[in-house]
Amino acid sequence: MPDAPVLEVRGLTVEYDTAAGSARAVDGFDLDILPGEFVGVVGESGCGKSTMLFGVAQLLSPPARVSGGSVRFRGQELVGMSERELASIRWRGISVVMQSAMNALNPVKQLGAQFEDVMQVHGERSREVVRQRSEEVLRLVGIDTVHLKSYPHQLSGGMRQRAMIAMALLFTPDLVIMDEPTSALDVVAQRSLMMQIKELQRQLGFAVLFVTHDMSLVSHFSDRLVVMYAAKAVEIGRTRQVFEAPGTPNTQGLMDAFPSLRGERVTLTGIPGSPPNLLDPPTGCRFAPRCPKRFEMCDIPPRLYETGASLAACHLHAPAAEEAVR
Amino acid sequence: MSATLLAGAPGETETPGRSRRRGFGLLRAIRGNRKAMVGAILLVVFSVLAAVPQWFTPVQDANAHAFGLMLPPSAAHPLGTTAFGQDILAQLIYGTRQSLVIAVVVGGLATVISVLIGISAAYLGGMADGVLSAVTDIFLVVPTFPLIVVIAAYAGNGNTVVVVGVLVVTGWSYGARQLRAQALSLRNREFLESARVRGERSSYIILFEVLPTMTSLILANFLGGALYAVLTAAGLQFIGLGDNNSLSWGTMLHWAQSNSALQTGQALWVVTPGLCVALLGASFALLNYAFDEISNPALRPVRRPRARRTRS
Amino acid sequence: MTTEPAAGPTPLIEARGLTRHFRVGGVLGHKTLHAVDDVNFSIGEREIVALVGESGSGKSTVARLLARVYKPTAGEIYYQGRPLSRFRSRKELLAYRSDVPMVFQDPFASLNPAYRVSHGILRGMALHRPDIPRDRRREEAERIVASLGLDPAGDVLDRYPYELSGGQRQRIGFAQALAYRPRLIVADEPVSMLDVSVRIGLLNLMVQLRDERGVSVLYITHDIASARYVADRVMVMYAGHLAEAGPVEEVLQRPLHPYTRLLLDAVPDPRAPLPAEQSAEPGEPPRVVDPSPGCRFRWRCPLAVDVCEQVTPELVQLRPQHGAACHVAAANLGVAAQARTTNGG
Repeated sequence: MPDAPVLEVRGLTVEYDTAAGSARAVDGFDLDILPGEFVGVVGESGCGKSTMLFGVAQLLSPPARVSGGSVRFRGQELVGMSERELASIRWRGISVVMQSAMNALNPVKQLGAQFEDVMQVHGERSREVVRQRSEEVLRLVGIDTVHLKSYPHQLSGGMRQRAMIAMALLFTPDLVIMDEPTSALDVVAQRSLMMQIKELQRQLGFAVLFVTHDMSLVSHFSDRLVVMYAAKAVEIGRTRQVFEAPGTPNTQGLMDAFPSLRGERVTLTGIPGSPPNLLDPPTGCRFAPRCPKRFEMCDIPPRLYETGASLAACHLHAPAAEEAVR
Repeated sequence: MSATLLAGAPGETETPGRSRRRGFGLLRAIRGNRKAMVGAILLVVFSVLAAVPQWFTPVQDANAHAFGLMLPPSAAHPLGTTAFGQDILAQLIYGTRQSLVIAVVVGGLATVISVLIGISAAYLGGMADGVLSAVTDIFLVVPTFPLIVVIAAYAGNGNTVVVVGVLVVTGWSYGARQLRAQALSLRNREFLESARVRGERSSYIILFEVLPTMTSLILANFLGGALYAVLTAAGLQFIGLGDNNSLSWGTMLHWAQSNSALQTGQALWVVTPGLCVALLGASFALLNYAFDEISNPALRPVRRPRARRTRS
Repeated sequence: MTTEPAAGPTPLIEARGLTRHFRVGGVLGHKTLHAVDDVNFSIGEREIVALVGESGSGKSTVARLLARVYKPTAGEIYYQGRPLSRFRSRKELLAYRSDVPMVFQDPFASLNPAYRVSHGILRGMALHRPDIPRDRRREEAERIVASLGLDPAGDVLDRYPYELSGGQRQRIGFAQALAYRPRLIVADEPVSMLDVSVRIGLLNLMVQLRDERGVSVLYITHDIASARYVADRVMVMYAGHLAEAGPVEEVLQRPLHPYTRLLLDAVPDPRAPLPAEQSAEPGEPPRVVDPSPGCRFRWRCPLAVDVCEQVTPELVQLRPQHGAACHVAAANLGVAAQARTTNGG
């Protein structure tokens, strides 16, 4: 029998209130994450991936709010939970590593003191346990334990980011949510960090929900990939499959935005145009205005069709349309 | 400055929004903030009184000893008269002009000096910064009130210009420190580097690239200076160092005190000018709240939220 | 020489022995940070040269030395054969600045938030384009902005920086540079703060500038894949030194320096098959304060030998047009790494 999912998101909708009305930054998002799985979420800027992440972690602040849907963590419904109830789940069950997390470290406190803070706030009082655990997690991420006495500015950017990941692992959570944790790092440090995360996953068995705009980064590390566009999930599938056979022109466009190191030097075009205004999204397929393969059916919003082992929200895979295109 | 802080962290790209004209940011901030609204209303009221005092009282010359002495409040004299036979309300109204003018002039001059010195010190750095900061520190550290008293006493028998001068000299240094600190934090911002690389002169960069991004802090400085001026000018005039024959709230307080107004049952003569001083000062302080909000979005209450971007 | 374009007329820019040190350690600091040490290269007309390196490599400092934000501690930059230190009058310096402008990394921070985005362009024209009378400047600005794909140009110019997207702001950054009719644009990581899907547009723009307008670009980046996409030649920088230089395909397909290989291995390529596991911790670039002699890469280098600790390797030509500063690579190809090169440098 398959393991129960660690996270079940159904119909998650996040709205932003503006003077000009409400914009849906996330519109009916569904996702299941199994224990130990690494799920990458990619998409253009403005597609809603970070907002979705914050919505899942219940970290949205006004003017954004979860206006619909459910987020179940280990069976418990998170939407609508009070801060106190959430506090017991945060850090122990779900932890979050943010973008530029290295700047989230308190510059006037030693690393060890900050780890201690986190542990004490979430219920661990014993000094001895705190010290041991802090040393353990630092070793896990490959930082010398002597740095428990260091201040953040004494560590390099890569080390600080790893320290944040260590902090996220203090209570061995079941799910670690990461919002572009590598974007401020150089390419060598990035790679090293990703391999570290993968290794930790193997050792500790936590699931990862990883948001990034850099598809090539997740391509080698994620088990499954979710592609988002204009507040919706437009493709979900096993990473290799999505890369080998992208189900939507959007996904293809994203992949084509990467200059390759090996292989031919060709002129790339990226995706022309810009994402729609979420205050007034198009009624049909939201990508249609920019899609090189649009046709008449695209005036109705696509659902997620099956394409082999992935799901893609594109009429090119609608059974009837396949014949029309041919 | 508001623009910098509205847009959030670098690296976040946005979907292009509609173009907004910026001039109304200030008015909107005032309108939306109750404290600032009150301050603005008070200031408008006082400004009108200062501009056209003759509309609000039939008395032509408020200093003339024209009426009965120490009369209680009545229809002819809503606040009564002084021990010299002057209409108190008329004095208040006519006195508004001097108090307001002193506040604005001192606030303005002190701000100009603190802007020039503070921002130049931050931008020029090195030796220039050292010298300018030392000068600022000296003025900052000298005890202001005794200095004011000594200068005012020395400089002649009460001259409003001297009062203004003294207030400016003692009032600019605090703002200079603040502005220097703020400008320092801007010093390595890339748009300044971009201006340097463009080939702009330092003087141009200070005046036209650094200054405009600090407008809300400068305005806040102005309001703080005006507040300081209102209160301190009244204080100086109260102890007799202003022009005792001029017409202002401070001199009213001076004469009221020298005639033992409180003890002789002429409370209105003392209380009303004091209240006016407090109210004008308060109007500046309250207006400052609006600027706090503009320059620090964290202080903004979430009223009608305007999110112009969707996060990715 | 390897860091020069193919033989021809005087190169546009030539750097010889370019060095920049900073004093660190507070007001009484005695320590010196060697941001750039003894770097030699040149850039010709109509070419895009990529300068690749991690943070701390000194690449941004090189950019600022070229843009005259800093003066070199030692060494010299020659512009069309004339040393920059001889450009003393304001007029000469302005002329240089109009030929060699800079585009910055952070598209938001490089625009003054208090002004509309037209401000920088118009000011630039006021300083550098005396040929355009004041009333025609706006028109010219609109023309430039439209040619960069910002549409409608008049509307975009009237916006404030926060009203534009990152890609649009960076195009404004390029517009500012183009307003001067430059010969060489120094682009300091112009796309690294942009969303990946927006980068291609700007990279294509740089290629277009070279092809259609004959503008050279010094493209500074840590992303070696994008360097391959746009550049004709590439120079790899490490800890203040040039590690390798040569034509881009040559360097990337047949790297000589172990650091270049490290960079290449670190780049994720979705179209390539899954890579082998990375064995050792790759380490981080050092902060070069009061360095000792020897190769600065030796602590991270899998090939380091004794001489690497004693003698600082110089950039020598090991293959046609292709050089590296590595004792081991030189030895493998039968060349002594300390040999001074034949011309210049």
